[in-house]
Amino acid sequence: MTELVLETRGITKRFGALTASEDVSLDLKAGEIHAIIGPNGAGKSTLIQQVCGLLRPDAGQVWLGGTDVTRTGAAARARAGLGRTFQVSQLAMEDTVLQNVVLGALGAVGRPWRFFGAALRQADLRDRAEAALAQVGLEDVATTRCADLSHGQRRQLEVAVALSLGPRAFVMDEPMAGLGAEGSKRMTGFLSELRGTAPILLVEHDMDAVFALADRISVLVYGRIIATGTVAEIRADRAVRDAYLGEEA
Amino acid sequence: MSSILIIEQVLNGLQFGVMLFLMAAGLTLIFGVMGLINLAHGSLYMVGAFAAAAVAAATGSFLLALGAALAVAAAVGAVVEVAVIRRLYATDHLDQVLATFALILIFSEGTRYLFGSFPLYLDIPDALSGPVTLPGRIQYPLYRLALIGVGLAVALGLWLLIERTRIGIRIRAGENDREMIAALGVDISKLYTLVFALGAALAGLAGALVGAIQSVQVGMGEPVLILAFVVIVIGGIGSIRGAFVGAILVGLTDTLGGIFLPEFFKLFMEPAAGTQVGASLASMAIYILMSAVLVWRPTGLFGARA
Amino acid sequence: MIGGMSREFWVNFAVLAGLVAVPLWALVADEPFTITLATRVAILALAAVGLNIALGLGGLVSLGHAVFFGIGGYAMGILAHHAQTYTAVTEWPMLIEGTKSMPVIWLVAVVASALAALVIGVLSLRTSGVYFIMITLAFGQMFFYFAISWSAYGGEDGLSIYVRNGFPGLNTLVPIQFFGVCFAILCAVLWLNARLMRSPFGLALNAARQVPVRVETVGLNPMRLKLVAFVISGAITGLAGALFADLNRFVSPTMFSWQFSGEIIILVILGGVGRLFGPVVGAAVFVVLEHWLGGLTEFWLIWLGVILLLIVLFARGGIVGLLAGRAVAHD
Repeated sequence: MTELVLETRGITKRFGALTASEDVSLDLKAGEIHAIIGPNGAGKSTLIQQVCGLLRPDAGQVWLGGTDVTRTGAAARARAGLGRTFQVSQLAMEDTVLQNVVLGALGAVGRPWRFFGAALRQADLRDRAEAALAQVGLEDVATTRCADLSHGQRRQLEVAVALSLGPRAFVMDEPMAGLGAEGSKRMTGFLSELRGTAPILLVEHDMDAVFALADRISVLVYGRIIATGTVAEIRADRAVRDAYLGEEA
Repeated sequence: MSSILIIEQVLNGLQFGVMLFLMAAGLTLIFGVMGLINLAHGSLYMVGAFAAAAVAAATGSFLLALGAALAVAAAVGAVVEVAVIRRLYATDHLDQVLATFALILIFSEGTRYLFGSFPLYLDIPDALSGPVTLPGRIQYPLYRLALIGVGLAVALGLWLLIERTRIGIRIRAGENDREMIAALGVDISKLYTLVFALGAALAGLAGALVGAIQSVQVGMGEPVLILAFVVIVIGGIGSIRGAFVGAILVGLTDTLGGIFLPEFFKLFMEPAAGTQVGASLASMAIYILMSAVLVWRPTGLFGARA
Repeated sequence: MIGGMSREFWVNFAVLAGLVAVPLWALVADEPFTITLATRVAILALAAVGLNIALGLGGLVSLGHAVFFGIGGYAMGILAHHAQTYTAVTEWPMLIEGTKSMPVIWLVAVVASALAALVIGVLSLRTSGVYFIMITLAFGQMFFYFAISWSAYGGEDGLSIYVRNGFPGLNTLVPIQFFGVCFAILCAVLWLNARLMRSPFGLALNAARQVPVRVETVGLNPMRLKLVAFVISGAITGLAGALFADLNRFVSPTMFSWQFSGEIIILVILGGVGRLFGPVVGAAVFVVLEHWLGGLTEFWLIWLGVILLLIVLFARGGIVGLLAGRAVAHD
């Protein structure tokens, strides 16, 4: 039996009359990519926010590596090993690529209260950061200002920052967002390998990428999971075809 | 302490509060609609007071003086909006603070250049001078009572303007969704100039009305400006209703605190020390009130939840 | 990158050299007033360096930094007042005597303003944006009115200190020696500030200003980073307040005034936000303008207003930005 790295148990979140998440239970096993798909407004973002600790569910629990983290904030979950990427890049645009990744390393090492030595000269931080940059292939632009990067490079850097945390699970919010065909293909290849480093909970609109990458897919409609299964199972699922693919077609 | 004194002080607090509301309403409208933090609002208060004092001196008519205060403050507001302020809508709060701080320097020193450093005086019109007897045989200055009336009337008028007229609908739309109302063909920059001029006119009116019970001098705007900020922060920035509640709360707290806190501390301290402690606390009371409100509700009483 | 870096370095170097050369020239030319002006520059620069840590690095627009400047000033005023009247500051719970020793006064100023910054920071950082600006302004007003009503220490009139406080081995009454003290402190704080900007803390704070969500999702607490920055910032501005009081041998509630809070922001913006030497350049330009324009016209503040307006509207990087190009990422 495979270890459950990340798990939600019956998460429910309401905003007034709107139920954004209703009794959502899903899990992430070591070594897999678990994709969450669903039409716009299905509640994917709200779900991700709850998994990462930026929103607290009204009911239900979030478990990370066998610990209940429902009541801990985003920072504590990151320290416990949750690496997050954003749909809209959240990067310090005035800083260099390396500085952005060192920030992640700083979080992983957990000691920002050092006021004297230069951050970029500290071996523990720098090694972590450079390893993460090398893994996403950005080592050549390490000293480039983030604002001067191409969109595709920023998407890679998003992943590198999460990677520098040394996470035990990734939560990725549309890593393909805004990438062209070529960029998506490269990112797909990269994420496919990355699942060996840590499993990925993936929210993505790009169906080609999802079908190419996912070991399992969960379909979210109006805040509820209507089906979970392999790519083949989901393609064949009647409810999914009705509720989701049908709407798109 | 007699109940007459208490009622008198409550009326004083109300009068102070409604004048603060005239200032705060403009500030909060400007922030709510344009997202601008305007430190120079106190300068418009001063401009109104000086315009009124100058016109009253020349014509002897208080009504003309009030008209001049409204017109000059609105005109100055419109010119400043077109020349400077509209360049600041898209910038961050720091730039707005600095640019409007610069405007304060320009206005204050410019006024000193024009009118000199000596205070001017604006007389209460004869029809409104002297005391009036209220139920319960309370003697109260008629002019101050009139100020309360004017303040309440303006508050009502503003409410009607915003809730019941086409321009009000546009102002409310401007608060909620700028792109949308621009897309609907409303000339947004004209609307902004109008809102700014309206806020300026209210500030100018307040300056002129208060100018008749205090002296008219350079620097008179800034203390009121800061109090008006306290008001809108307590009420929730952007909310007219919040500005009204906040203004009354601040007016009453400041006035009653100044009277009752020293008395209160004298109950269990030596008279001199009690007066001292009470006076110190009273001078800080509204700021303590504001900090307490913000710690409790970080966006004010009627502010949008963050 | 090297080019831009060295250009800012040379601008900085020229500024420091100028700040040393002017009073030395004044010493030779026997112009003690110019030395006093240079001392004023160094002290105002120090206050602005303090604010720049909150404002430039942490993105905290504090319109209440006069609180710390005033606390530093009153720390000096109260201790020296008791020393010159041979009275105790307090006899309960323990005897605390006044002092005329600068190092002790500085320590008290730094600790007191850091504590005030901690309390104000904890409360104010619950808010953000305009509300933060306004609540810091309100704290400033609170201290201002408190100082006015605090008659034990002069109330509205303030406190005069007859003889400047002492520093071991120096005669601080000689203008150039007191300038040396202030200049040395400024240099030391600038050096610490430069280290801080590159340190892990500086890197995290810098990111917390730009992308707080990101900082949180790598496991750091952006609020706590900003709070510590606010405390460091307040402590430095407090130290400047103590020196300023010693320069004038006088403290009064105007040190707490909101106009002064606005002025230190102006110093930072004139020079260039977030630039190490921005506050120094800003303070120098401000004092020179005040002196030069003030000599030309009684209404020099109009021109200061115009210059400030032009800088905000057209020269976002301040003077250091104009001279040295855009900021270069360190290292």
